Amino acid sequence: MQATVEPHASPDQEPTASDHSRSSSFVRFINVQKSYDGETLVVKDFNLDIQKGEFVTLLGPSGSGKTTCLMMMAGFETPTHGRILLKDQPITDLPPHKRGIGMVFQNYALFPHMTVAENLAFPLDVRRTGKAETKEKVQKALDMVRLGEFGDRRPGQLSGGQQQRVALARALVFEPELVLMDEPLGALDKNLREEMQFEIKRIHDRLGVTMIYVTHDQSEALTMSDRIAVFSDGVVQQLASPRDLYERPENAFVAGFIGENNRLAGEVLSIDGDVCRVRIDSGEEIEAMAVAVTQPGERTTLSIRPERIALGAGAGSLDNVFEATVDEVIYLGDHLRAHVSAFGGQQFSIKTPNNEDVGTLRPGQTLSIGWSRQNCRALDGQTPTH
Amino acid sequence: MTLPSDTPEGLTTADGRPLKASLEHAVRRHRLRALMLVLPLVAFLIVAFILPIGSMLWRSIDNPEVSQGLPLTSRAIADWDGQELPGEPVYAALYKDLETGYADRSIGRVASRLNYQYSGMRSTLMGSARKLGRLEGPPWKAAMISLDRDWGEHDLWRMIQREARPWTLSYYLSAIDMQYAPNGDIVEKPGYLQLHVKLFVRTLWMSMLITALCLVLAYPVAYLLATLPAGKGNLLMILVLLPFWTSLLVRTTTWIAILQQQGVLNDILVSLHVIGNDERLQMIYNKTGTIVAMTHILLPFMILPLYSVMKTIPVGYMRAARSLGAGPVTAFRRVYFPQTVAGIGAGSILVFILSIGYYITPALVGGESGRFITNLIAYHMQTSLNWGLAAAIASILLFVVIICYLVYNRLIGVDKVKLG
Repeated sequence: MQATVEPHASPDQEPTASDHSRSSSFVRFINVQKSYDGETLVVKDFNLDIQKGEFVTLLGPSGSGKTTCLMMMAGFETPTHGRILLKDQPITDLPPHKRGIGMVFQNYALFPHMTVAENLAFPLDVRRTGKAETKEKVQKALDMVRLGEFGDRRPGQLSGGQQQRVALARALVFEPELVLMDEPLGALDKNLREEMQFEIKRIHDRLGVTMIYVTHDQSEALTMSDRIAVFSDGVVQQLASPRDLYERPENAFVAGFIGENNRLAGEVLSIDGDVCRVRIDSGEEIEAMAVAVTQPGERTTLSIRPERIALGAGAGSLDNVFEATVDEVIYLGDHLRAHVSAFGGQQFSIKTPNNEDVGTLRPGQTLSIGWSRQNCRALDGQTPTH
Repeated sequence: MTLPSDTPEGLTTADGRPLKASLEHAVRRHRLRALMLVLPLVAFLIVAFILPIGSMLWRSIDNPEVSQGLPLTSRAIADWDGQELPGEPVYAALYKDLETGYADRSIGRVASRLNYQYSGMRSTLMGSARKLGRLEGPPWKAAMISLDRDWGEHDLWRMIQREARPWTLSYYLSAIDMQYAPNGDIVEKPGYLQLHVKLFVRTLWMSMLITALCLVLAYPVAYLLATLPAGKGNLLMILVLLPFWTSLLVRTTTWIAILQQQGVLNDILVSLHVIGNDERLQMIYNKTGTIVAMTHILLPFMILPLYSVMKTIPVGYMRAARSLGAGPVTAFRRVYFPQTVAGIGAGSILVFILSIGYYITPALVGGESGRFITNLIAYHMQTSLNWGLAAAIASILLFVVIICYLVYNRLIGVDKVKLG
């Protein structure tokens, strides 16, 4: 069933400019464009609808425009064109401090001259919250990030992970409905990052606050998000759930950016509903899902995930079966990675569970490889830049 | 096989030498080489900085004239109780001293030194020395008093006893407009002679004013420098540094051209009919001139430390404050400003210390009302030739600077002073 979903068919796809009737969204970017120098667009026609309580990640390589979008949402950058709505109110002309949006910065931005508790009390102070209430809320927020005992410390006395948790608590303590996060875990080491991903997700689930999260780390995006917008060159390449993004990438960029894939360039021979036949450049014909191709004769890139390629005996019954030579076998404990070549030199990377069948793989060995057409997606013919 | 072994005397190296001695030997050459490199600087500092300051401090209390010029008298009067006039031995010693002093012409120095303290002393001493030949013999006490009746004055002897000591506080007293009364008490100088305290106070408050003006002018400039993109920032930095590359005299005299009564600024004001041609403003050769010119000259010393602190404050702090709900003013006041306090302190201490010791600019554009205490030091060095007093005033200035430095170090920390 995975392969039968039409692209652009999910209910929460990008709205168009004329799509104003549907106004239930919490946050809307409508045709937003941004240029710094008047010559190039950093963000080109950005559209995004975010529902209340959603966790949406803007994912992309650096320079793709994702942080600019976040800064426009926060009010630190002005859109060159287009509108941004928060709860159906345009906020483009609202200064940052009147937007009531919590924000977590990449370098934490904890005020070094204040204690942790004073940092947390800051947003409450400027809102003229009473002393007792402030104290209570600060303590509650510190307890939430499990730093209840650290109120009197200075940020400089905390570890990176603790500082990050304080920054998170500070962005949440004034109970904003929307929280923006700009690569908040970028400075942490791997273990801490994973722990914090879990922590942020837990807080998101508990408070039901809407979060927009910017990262260039795909595994972070896949772990945490309800939906991910993949950015490249100022354009959203695909907006979908993590699962759809990985299993049903709509173009070659997304397929290449999210996870690994094997790519085969070719030309469409025929299209029959969802299925198409493609002749790859070395002459072989392959059956694939017609994702981003519309007519025979088009150039296309076939994308196959390494773990969806079967080896040896398992390949026999599949839609596409070819002969390949093993170049290299890398032992990774729970799985093996094999680099094989087929079609006269085309490299394939294959990931396979470590079971008895593959224990005998040797470089130089010839064997069959195969995959079903559901796992082979015919995408746009552009050479991916990633 | 020899390894460092653990003997009762401590670790030794492979060949049995104590490890500590061996380490000392190995490190000594490096230390010596490093020392050689700084030696020229150390020598220069000693000759050009430490010795002059030491000499100045010494000179401010040094009092050799009387004890050298009247050695016998000085010794004889040391244990006088000060009740009755000194006895015969003191007068005999005085006779001898005057005789020797007149013969080798050293009496003049003593005479002018004592004249600072006791007017008329010059003629008393010189006259007595000249007329010594008329005396026939002891008793010298009556003889001396007969030569000059001042030798029978109680206060005069008290003053000689005081000044016969090899060191004195009288320069310091003079520097703060005090003096020894004839009877030895410390009293204020008569009003028409009071000059130093007024100048000290003026120097301090004008330096504070200049520091405050520099701060007000430098803060926005430093902020711009720290936040502008590199290209424009460099251009602005060159503009800030330009005064550094221009002669101090040129900068000061430029202000004369601008501010004098027939100067550029007055011309503009007259041509704009803000003031009439006959009411041109006096903006130079007074306090205004000193303040304007010195603020301009010292401005870079405020901008640079501020800039070096502001450069380290990421833009994220202000953004974080704004996103947390603080308006621009609140965000600045509560988040940005407190983080620049170190820079404000560093810049202020630099400008203030430079300012209280400034000489050329107040001398050129200060006129009478814009003079600093430094101008008085120069006066005593060059005109009145009272080096002891000049040294005492300079030493007081040095103490003020040291106190400022200590207060600053306690409050903010000297390691925070950076220029870029």
